[in-house]
Amino acid sequence: MEGLLFAIYVFVLAVFIGFEVINKVPQILHTPLMSGSNAISGITLIGALVVAGRLEGPLSTAIGIAAVALATINVVGGFLVTDRMLQMFRRKPDGER
Amino acid sequence: MNAHAGFTQLVIDAAYLVASVLFILGLKRLSSPATARGGNALGATGMLIAVLATLLDREIVGFSGILVGVLIGSAIGVVAARAVKMTAMPQMVALLNGFGGGASVLVATDEYLRVTGGLTTATVDVALTIVLSVLIGAVTFSGSLVAFGKLQEIVTGRAVTYPLQKTLNALLGAGILVLAARLTVGAPDEMLFWMLIAAALVLGVLLVIPIGGADMPVVISLLNSYSGLAASATGFVLHNNVLIIGGALVGASGIILTQIMCRAMNRSLTNVLFGAFGAVAQTGAGGAAAGDRTVREVSAEDAAILMGYARSVVIVPGYGLAVAQAQHQVRDLANLLEARGVDVKYAIHPVAGRMPGHMNVLLAEANVPYDQLWEMERINPEFERTDVVLVIGANDVVNPAARTQPDSPLYGMPILDVDKAQHVIVMKRSMNPGFAGVDNELFYRENTRMLFGDAKQSLTKLVQEAKAMQEA
Repeated sequence: MEGLLFAIYVFVLAVFIGFEVINKVPQILHTPLMSGSNAISGITLIGALVVAGRLEGPLSTAIGIAAVALATINVVGGFLVTDRMLQMFRRKPDGER
Repeated sequence: MNAHAGFTQLVIDAAYLVASVLFILGLKRLSSPATARGGNALGATGMLIAVLATLLDREIVGFSGILVGVLIGSAIGVVAARAVKMTAMPQMVALLNGFGGGASVLVATDEYLRVTGGLTTATVDVALTIVLSVLIGAVTFSGSLVAFGKLQEIVTGRAVTYPLQKTLNALLGAGILVLAARLTVGAPDEMLFWMLIAAALVLGVLLVIPIGGADMPVVISLLNSYSGLAASATGFVLHNNVLIIGGALVGASGIILTQIMCRAMNRSLTNVLFGAFGAVAQTGAGGAAAGDRTVREVSAEDAAILMGYARSVVIVPGYGLAVAQAQHQVRDLANLLEARGVDVKYAIHPVAGRMPGHMNVLLAEANVPYDQLWEMERINPEFERTDVVLVIGANDVVNPAARTQPDSPLYGMPILDVDKAQHVIVMKRSMNPGFAGVDNELFYRENTRMLFGDAKQSLTKLVQEAKAMQEA
């Protein structure tokens, strides 16, 4: 139970940090914010890696591989598509006006 | 051996701390377009560090399965990220949300199978976190798939309602609570566990299916939040702080975006989520007033002249613009106007598009520089000093009834005050009312001109006329 309480501590503090940091993101970046933060939620991947790698039976490993694949799509797709979007946000090129 | 294992664990924990810090710094840098790309790269670096550190974990004894999963996931992720059209970004994010939730369900399921298989014993807190993780993950997974289906128009975009909907949802909710409670305090039971997953999957579907297409920005934001909470819940199961922190950050981000979307639509979250049960009667109410009032039409030629000789033009793009894929034509028109010395800005309403900030991405794709994209609060005081406003495929977000008519369903919704400009040109396919089904006072005003037709065709004509002016 003590471990659970400690985990709740970490969770609550992290939520507050999230609110503070993200409140300042302007509207024009809300879509990249969502896809980028989405990629971060793919952190479940590290839990999936352990499941896929600890070899506790075929069912467990199959579950692990599926979890790794799903989470990797989330992570890789999320960060890449965010980068693709952010690349497009440009200031007015010099000398145009 | 023991000292060695302890040291490895220390390295792993330190790496997780570094990853958590990089996530926070990365999100922080997303607050400005100039630093955002670097911020995203920081987040990705944090993820890579966390993954590499995890591979040192002594629980991991086989790497071939991991390799297979990573290769499959990366291939799909890379192809999807490269191929997706910017207009389809909401669907993409919905799918990614769902996959994150799905991964959480799978990881928690394996933990539970270890419990039932006797590999670990479940105390109440362990069982509780597993149950929560599975619940949130499964609702995120199936809810996101339905949202994806609606946005992709595989499933109807309309709000799906049926008799006894509320009762059915309440029964399902109660059933899930009973199952969850039983699994938390009772002896481990695999059958009940599978039932919980199935019930949570059904709940995700039932929660999203009654929400109409126009409310999808709220739903995606909310599912984004859930995907974060699912990751956090998995962190509770695995006693892993980087999962808890990463998930909490995303959860907070999704909640903030949900609030912003609700405020911009003048709706409460409850109303968005459950409003469809019985909303059908409302729709006809506002439309009756149109009657015998007349609108003034304008030709593309006259519209081009009006804008060409203006000092300042503000363009208001709505989702109709994105549907017509006419962002590039808008950009061409703006270029021609700017070449004549006209000051051109874009006014972006928070709900323009199908997810938060969507319109900004669509315009950025068409090479519109971001310093020309003005948020609602910033542009509204400017309209009084604006010569011409060009409204393209937007309706409810420029309806002055939101300010003036307390009986209008739109009343209180924050709008772009385009009616305060000298001239307003509204490009519209027909006189059909907007999503809210409310007639728009703006169209009948003295200073408003209507340019009817397909957005892309009309814009192409405007560009031709503006070019002709240039050459003359």
